[in-house]
Amino acid sequence: MASDQLRKGEVRRNWLLSTPALIILLSAASGPLLVVLVYSFLTPGEYGGVVWQFSWDAWISVIFERDIFDDTISIADAHLTILWRSVSLSLMTTVVTFILGFPTAYFIATRPPQNRNLWLFLITIPFWTNLLIRTFAVLEVIRNEGVINTALIAMGIIETPIQILYTDTAIMIGMTYVYLPLMVLPIYASMERLNFNLVEAAYDLYATRLKVLWRVIVPLVKPGIVAGSILVFVPSLGTFVTPRVLGGGKKLMLSNLIELQFGSGRNWPLGAALSITLLAMVMVALIIYIRTTQRDQATSK
Amino acid sequence: MTALFGKRKKFSLRHQPGFTSIAMACFVLLYAPIIILVIYSFNEGRYIAVWEGFSLQWYIAAWNNEAVIDATLRSLLLAFLAALISTVVATMAAIGTTRTSPYRGLTSIHTLINQPLIVPEIVTGVALLIVFAAVKVATGFQGFFYLVLAHAAFCIPFAYLPIRARLEGMDKTLETAAADLYASRWMTFRRITLPLLWPGILAGAMLAFVISLDNVVITEFVKSAGQETLPTYMLGQLRRVITPEINAISTVLLLISLLVVSLYFIVTRKRT
Repeated sequence: MASDQLRKGEVRRNWLLSTPALIILLSAASGPLLVVLVYSFLTPGEYGGVVWQFSWDAWISVIFERDIFDDTISIADAHLTILWRSVSLSLMTTVVTFILGFPTAYFIATRPPQNRNLWLFLITIPFWTNLLIRTFAVLEVIRNEGVINTALIAMGIIETPIQILYTDTAIMIGMTYVYLPLMVLPIYASMERLNFNLVEAAYDLYATRLKVLWRVIVPLVKPGIVAGSILVFVPSLGTFVTPRVLGGGKKLMLSNLIELQFGSGRNWPLGAALSITLLAMVMVALIIYIRTTQRDQATSK
Repeated sequence: MTALFGKRKKFSLRHQPGFTSIAMACFVLLYAPIIILVIYSFNEGRYIAVWEGFSLQWYIAAWNNEAVIDATLRSLLLAFLAALISTVVATMAAIGTTRTSPYRGLTSIHTLINQPLIVPEIVTGVALLIVFAAVKVATGFQGFFYLVLAHAAFCIPFAYLPIRARLEGMDKTLETAAADLYASRWMTFRRITLPLLWPGILAGAMLAFVISLDNVVITEFVKSAGQETLPTYMLGQLRRVITPEINAISTVLLLISLLVVSLYFIVTRKRT
């Protein structure tokens, strides 16, 4: 009995300790998300905001558009293009960061232990510096009057600057640059625990370097690869600053389309519906991630 | 085989062809743009790519730009307040959720605390725009408070993680001993838990500070007119011709982040 009461008191104390944090989070993080869901079923107001009248229109116009003249409904190409750009650029960014990040993580993991922290520090520093500044740095390198074009023209390789800025490529370069550390760190964390006796065993059995890489090392560090891919893919999907700065308002991604609805688009319910769509896409990616890791854990047991 | 290729280096288990070159390229690519940005902040000319000689004029221009100074002070104050609030509540939450036997709702508390890490910033920004717009209309209050609340909220998980990690590594014997010697709960916390936890708390506060200073998306949606922070000010400048003044501002902001991050590494390293 006494210990039961003690335990009750302890649970209450624990809840009280967490309460201030929960109040802040519910009022300025989780709670407002529910309001977004509600707004996605309302009618847009004339000057932004909403009219409290139920409507499916916002959800319909995520994918379809109504013809102004005869009211027929067709697929909204503009929205689909932007959705596709968000998904494909995020996937491509994930692949490129993997191609660059995997060897980098391998390199760090194979340094002598006392040097590893220094290399890790070098990977982490850019990650903690301001995202906007890093994007500006990329902007200054790739723009028409930027370092790359100026150098190429000075060397006489090209005569007119290559237009990289304001293209999909620019956005992808920017995202790769910004999210690369997020790929390297989890792969390194898996790689650090890699048992090189297994690699030695594979060589003893006449495996080639490529075979050792694909059949021994990659499968062993797969949890790190999956975690890194999720860590790059999820923020890429919702990225706002990179397409805004490097896409120049011409190449929109999902988050820029959302912002547009709350600005000049004046369609808050559509913006809300698009936000929920983005959130749902992120959730799907995370669920796939959790499923994969659980399955892997189950099979390795 | 070996004879065919002549002399060959000792066979290394760890070697993979091309990996070192790719890794080196990565390090160069990560740093080159930032270094170029810093170099051109000292450029005398008004264009970013043409070097016209060393000058501090863009730093002076930024220093004399009232909008920049105003935004900088607001950014620093905001980051300070957000770090302070989020660290205090995160410390309390960490104590309430770590080193305890599982209880009903513990998982929900974890989910809520980590939620800002999962939800895309744009979605949170939009959600806060909607809610705060309604509150602003209802109360007529436009103040700085909304920014502080929003920043404190998304900083909580960043402050929470290092504090929780530190707490998990502390064993309970010292606190139990203090309690056995009739120290009150508060006394035990003040004299035993807090000093041991302090490096974690400092690390959490610094992380929160940097995260708040870095934020542009949520700030952009929450700020009222005349509440520019340094990142939103810089984003606004994109519409105009960019001069090296932006580079000068960036360099200063980089230095601040770098300073805080170095402190963070020193604090977290000392614990072992």
